[in-house]
Amino acid sequence: MSSEKIDVRYVAKLARIALTDEEVERFGAQLGDLLEHVNALGALDTSAVPATAQVVESRNVERPDTVVPCLSRETVMAQAPQRQGAFFRVPRIIAEE
Amino acid sequence: MERSLIERTAAEIARGVNRGEHSAAEAVDAALARVGEVEERVGAFLTVLSDDARNRACAIDERVRAGERLPLAGVPLAVKDNMCVTGTRTTCGSRILERWTAPYTATAVRRLEDAGAIVIGKTNLDEFAMGSSCENSALGVTRNPYDLSRVPGGSSGGSAAAVAGYEAAIGIGSDTGGSIREPGAFCNVIGFKPTYGRVSRYGLIAFASSLDQIGPLTRTVEDAALVYDAMAGYDPMDSTSIDRPVEPTAKGLLESLSGLKVGIVRQFDTRELGDDVDEVYDRAYHDLEALGAELHDVSLPTADYGLATYYLIAPAECSSNLARFDGVRYGSRVEAADVQAMYENTRAAGFGPEVKRRILIGTYALSSGYYDAYYVRAQKARTLIARDFEAAFAEVDLIACPAASSPAFTFNAKSDPYSMYMMDYYTIPMSLAGLPALSVPCGWVTPPGGALPLPMGLQFAAPLFSEKLLLGVAHAYESATKHALKHKPEVGARG
Repeated sequence: MSSEKIDVRYVAKLARIALTDEEVERFGAQLGDLLEHVNALGALDTSAVPATAQVVESRNVERPDTVVPCLSRETVMAQAPQRQGAFFRVPRIIAEE
Repeated sequence: MERSLIERTAAEIARGVNRGEHSAAEAVDAALARVGEVEERVGAFLTVLSDDARNRACAIDERVRAGERLPLAGVPLAVKDNMCVTGTRTTCGSRILERWTAPYTATAVRRLEDAGAIVIGKTNLDEFAMGSSCENSALGVTRNPYDLSRVPGGSSGGSAAAVAGYEAAIGIGSDTGGSIREPGAFCNVIGFKPTYGRVSRYGLIAFASSLDQIGPLTRTVEDAALVYDAMAGYDPMDSTSIDRPVEPTAKGLLESLSGLKVGIVRQFDTRELGDDVDEVYDRAYHDLEALGAELHDVSLPTADYGLATYYLIAPAECSSNLARFDGVRYGSRVEAADVQAMYENTRAAGFGPEVKRRILIGTYALSSGYYDAYYVRAQKARTLIARDFEAAFAEVDLIACPAASSPAFTFNAKSDPYSMYMMDYYTIPMSLAGLPALSVPCGWVTPPGGALPLPMGLQFAAPLFSEKLLLGVAHAYESATKHALKHKPEVGARG
């Protein structure tokens, strides 16, 4: 397992969280400590062990393809931070020509 | 002397309502009066639902007058604030959901309401259920009713404190790595995590989906069984809920442990926890023997890797689950000129430090180049931990061990994140294996310099789907020892 330092700014970018310089330093140190603890897993021989994603047996679940009641559009839209009619409003994503 | 309504168990309240000895409205009024009396000191609730609760109580009284008999008739219920209740603010203890109102009700809550229980409020928690003391809540401070200078545990600390402080007869919480069992132990109540998938997670705001499980916090094992019986069972709205019959647990709880084989885990050496704590567990194991159980040494060689495994799997799942909080569809938003900055600033302002730490570690563990080294390796370790339990349960019927590494600690005592994570050392392995487990009061210790005795919890863990056995054993232990009744909370118990 890797013991290299975490590039906290890069990971925060992936996670879409803005960090202050102070947070970069503090979280960097704390995550480094935690990684040292989890690196203990390297001592386990897991070469022949299957991974467990879900403990209790999982199976595909299907339901009949019929229309059933659901939340109304107004209920869903009611708590949007910003909306315009039936749309969630967000900052411009596509640049103007 | 007849006990006041707030001191009665859920079983007693339901019996009283069903027999017409008192009304659901009286039970709810008594609970709300108690909330008014102690809440300033305890701080268990983020939202109290006085009007809704009174209205629902009247509806229950009408149903009972019309001849219905309900297993939880008129029982005041405290719901952890990461479960949805229609029309009610549901915050997860987070700034990002501080003003969000749930448009639907969680299946677990709805089933309890159908059984006659009445939600009196939404309780405090560590933000998004990440923590072991409630100190990670962005929205309030909850104090331990048995010593107000100490934490109630977490993350379901608000529900534990509400029940321990006689503000509600029953509470529900969610347990991902110990979040029901540890606060149960800290607050002198039963904290019960059923088998993964036994209770629907629909309407429970997700933290780590392969581990999260809803369960009761109650003052007696019988009440935990009543709550479980009402909540458990398949739900088409949660595809991971288990589609197999639920054996009712509340009737025929055991009184003796004759012939039962109880495993004591060799790797969990309680001498490391200090003499007074060691003595409590030593006595608890002897008490099990006195009740007829045979004690056997069992080995869980991989359990020591539980924390490392958990702190990869749970953050990985949380980083994925919490991606939905982006300021677009619900929750708070911090405006910015472009959408990337809007996401980043919204999440920076909306999440507290522990949630950010876990999202970052999870994102890292899932990121390109590290996925196999961390996430997949942790999932393989999880297999080994589950196999350890399987091997142990070939020899014994269930396992007894501590529920937490110490009694309730004082505020700000665990400033280093890893020292807080260590609180769940004894509960995480069972979570990773999906097992049913519970914490039951097992004695008291008075810490050096502390004036008040603090409760301790004994954890029982059983094979998958063995809820009936687990609750039965806990009931036999509880009725023989009665540890919970030996001290009253600091906030008193009159009503």
